This record gives sequence, C-alpha cells and structure tokens, in this order.
Amino acid sequence: MTYKFPSDEWIKALMEELNRSEAYAEAAATWEGDFYFLADLPGADKPAMLYMDLWHGKCREAFLVTDESAKTPAFRMSAPLETWKKVLTKKLDPIQGLMTGQLKLKGNMAMVMKSVKASKELVEACTRVPTEFPA
Amino acid sequence: MWFFKSPEIVFGEEALGYLERLEGRRAHIVTDKVIVGLGHAARVREVLESAGLEVSIFDAVEPDPSLETVRAGAQAMLDFEPDWIVGLGGGSAMDAAKAMWILYERPDMDPEGINPIEILHLRRKARMIAIPTTSGTGSEATWAVVLTNLAERRKLGLGSREVLPDIAIVDPSFVMAMPPRLTADTGMDALTHAFEGYTCVYRNSFSDGPCLVAAKLVFEYLPRAYRNGSDEEARARMHYAASIAGIGFGNSMASLAHGLGHSLGGVFHVPHGRAVSLFLPYVIEFCARGEPGSTSYSGMARFLGLPSSSEVEAATALAAAVRALQKELEQPLSLSQCGISAAELEKEMSLLVSNTGNDSSTVTSTRIPDDAETRRLYEHAFEGKPVDF
Repeated sequence: MTYKFPSDEWIKALMEELNRSEAYAEAAATWEGDFYFLADLPGADKPAMLYMDLWHGKCREAFLVTDESAKTPAFRMSAPLETWKKVLTKKLDPIQGLMTGQLKLKGNMAMVMKSVKASKELVEACTRVPTEFPA
Repeated sequence: MWFFKSPEIVFGEEALGYLERLEGRRAHIVTDKVIVGLGHAARVREVLESAGLEVSIFDAVEPDPSLETVRAGAQAMLDFEPDWIVGLGGGSAMDAAKAMWILYERPDMDPEGINPIEILHLRRKARMIAIPTTSGTGSEATWAVVLTNLAERRKLGLGSREVLPDIAIVDPSFVMAMPPRLTADTGMDALTHAFEGYTCVYRNSFSDGPCLVAAKLVFEYLPRAYRNGSDEEARARMHYAASIAGIGFGNSMASLAHGLGHSLGGVFHVPHGRAVSLFLPYVIEFCARGEPGSTSYSGMARFLGLPSSSEVEAATALAAAVRALQKELEQPLSLSQCGISAAELEKEMSLLVSNTGNDSSTVTSTRIPDDAETRRLYEHAFEGKPVDF
C-alpha cells in the first residue's frame, strides 16, 4: 500500500513509522517541539500543511491541517512539492537542502543544531513510508 | 546545488603588512593571553594603527571557547563598535571571533543557534580578518564555528557561510616559535581536515583538489617542522597546508573523526587536533567496511603514492600511513595513551556516544555508526586496536 503525499493518511503513516522506531525514540528522547510541514503545490493558492506533535521520542498527534491558525507549532519546514519529493526519495540530502535554501526551516535553531541525530532519524522514517506523489 | 567560498588569502613573508592598506575606523582584535604574551597582538596592533585605525584587544579567549566567553566578547564589541573584527590565534580565538561577530551584528541570537540555514545579514557593522598563529585549524578559511557548552560538557559544531572571514593573513612568521607538541597536534588537525574533506559525503570537484594538495604537504613537511621548528620552508608549507585544507573541508565538510573528536574533547579536554587525528585511522577502517562504492580512498592514496588498486587496499594503506606519521610525531595512537583510563572511559561512554551521534560532522560520514558501533569505535580507539567491524 502507498500513501499520497501530502495527505492525512501519509502523515498518520509517518506517525506510526516513527512510533515503531526504536532509533528515533532513543535519538529524540529529549525533543520537545511540534512541526508544520508545508508543501507548495503547483497551481494551488496555499500550501498543503501537515502537523506533527513530536515529544520525547514519540509522535503524539499528526494530521492534515486545513486551517493554518489551528496550531502554533514551534517549527515550520516548507518547500515546493518537487523538493519534498527529492527528499523523500533520497535524491536530496535534507541537510544539504536546508543549507542551500531549497528547504526552509523556522524555529528555535539552537534546538535543531543540538539534535542532529533525531533529525536524521525523522527523515529516515519519512523515507520508509511508501509514498505516492501527485503526477 | 552547493557553494565554493574562500576568503581573500594573503600568504607568505610580510603578509601581515597587507593590513597597512586597510581602510576603516576601528579594529577589534580577539585573541588570548598567550598570543599577547608572545607579542603577536602588539605586532598586529601596530600595523592596524599605522593604517589609521583605532584598536582594542579582547584577550580572554580560552582553549575550546565557551558560550559565556563569546557573549562577553560580543558585549566588548558592542561597546567599542568596530568595523573590522580581527581573529588572531589558533582555532579557538578565530572561532570565538566569528561567534562574537555574529552576536555583535545580531544581539538577538543565541550562540548555540548559529546555523548554516538562516540568512544572518552580517557585514552591516563590520568585516572580519583572520590571522592564524598555528598551522592546523584552517578556521581562517572556513565558515565553521566550534564552541563549547560547559554545562553540557559538549562541543557544538556550528557555522554560517556568512561568517567566512573576508581576509586571511597566512604569514609564517606567526608560527616559527610554535613548540613541537603544538606543531604536531595542529598539523595533524590539518591532515584530518584534508582526509575528511576528501572522503565525506559532501565532497565535490571544487574541494577535492585543495584536500589532496593539503594532505601531500602535511605528509612531506609536518615531520620536518616537528623535528626542526626553525626550518622556514617546512613552517611556511605547513602554514599554507592548513589554510588549503581549510578551503578543502570548508567547502565540503568534516566528518566522523571530527564527530568522535569533538565528543572526546568536550568530555576529556584532549586538544582538538590530537583528538580528531587520533580517530582518523579508525574511521578510515570503519568506513572502508561500509557500503561498497561509498568511499573515495583510492583517489587520495593514488595521489599520495600509496597502494590504491581497491578501496580496501587504499584505506588500509592510508590508515597505516596516518599511524606511521603519528608515531613519527610521537603522538598518542590510542585513548589510553592520552591518559584516559578504562574506568573513566566507561563512566563517560554514554555521553560520548550521545554527543558523537548529535555532532553535525558525524552525519556527513559515508558510514554513520549506530550507538553500539560508536561505542565499539571508542573501545577500539582506547585499546589502539584496528577496526575490524
């Protein structure tokens, strides 16, 4: 089974993947911070928004957001759909993507710089979700 | 997409004199008390004053500069309002100067949050000159900033492309009096930069050349500079090698030996160059046992005239060459030779492993160890046992 990205099913599949991952649980044991993942879709007037509540090595909640003001997450990561596709298919290293501005991240950067391993495990989990992209 | 960045590099005899042409109002030198005691700060001050600049000196940078020192130095800059920042010293002084500069321009920033992702908008207040007084760190030619969180006993691998110095003064006269141990420690740091810049996952065609040349220069000239500090040619070539290695790894990345070395240094305070280079042969052996095709050791070995018919053969030859150089320089080859006991290592192992995994250099390795493998790397490095897993 594959999950369409970006969708409620996809982010919930990622939540399950993360909550199965011992490596993520260990690496993110002290992480406290929720995320909006924003994907700019071709022709759409606003980005697709996915929410994840990441807390002490687990994902407590994840869903597709229709109203941006529904949450005020600590972090927001955004990119065009094509860039997300490259990251999720391992064609773009996410750190390289962030450093070159292809992926944009806003939030407490001190937390991010101290949590390299958790970030890596999160991305690894993303790439394990069987994903289907819009044509 | 990637980038290639380098400062304007002024190198060779009398390179310091270039600063007589500097235009500006105030220069703020960031250094340490040893450098002041050696008279280096006075030399730089004199040249800057001859250019018509008012000069102040902050000399409280300690080895492995702390977040607290960076904040204090930034406040001194805010008080003096320089338009030139001068980082004078080894990696600690130059990295501290970079971090202070960021906080001077961006007082809102947390030094732990210095990152290569955000645009910082530096150079609205000042530009930066770096003057290395050791031959190893390469900080004069990179945008890396390594700071220490004392409370967490952790080195933080930070950086921003904007913090690359505008001018690097690579003047060998500053290193002629370096003692042999410092010569060896810092020189091996340069070699580790060259190796890791050439073999990490971010290596690229622009960074390969500097890394290869730097490695060759270190193998040729470091033993001479170590044996005879008055050997002017060896001193000069090693000084250039360090900056060239900085250009190399600064445009790709450091890697796992730095991840392990930063972690070790944060806990046991082993000097940076000694720590990272100690791990280098172990990391070569570890990565060579990773996914076939992931490593690039044969190119380095071929350039150095070592056996290179396969990646495994090249890695074996390179690890042996590094260990031979370490022996020639009377450097420790194991953690036990660094004076760390088995009990001390075991007591700190959990922190060492955790900090290695969270070091920004670790993730650029062609083979990223999991926690159990990281522990084994420390255990092998403790015993001086070649990596066989």
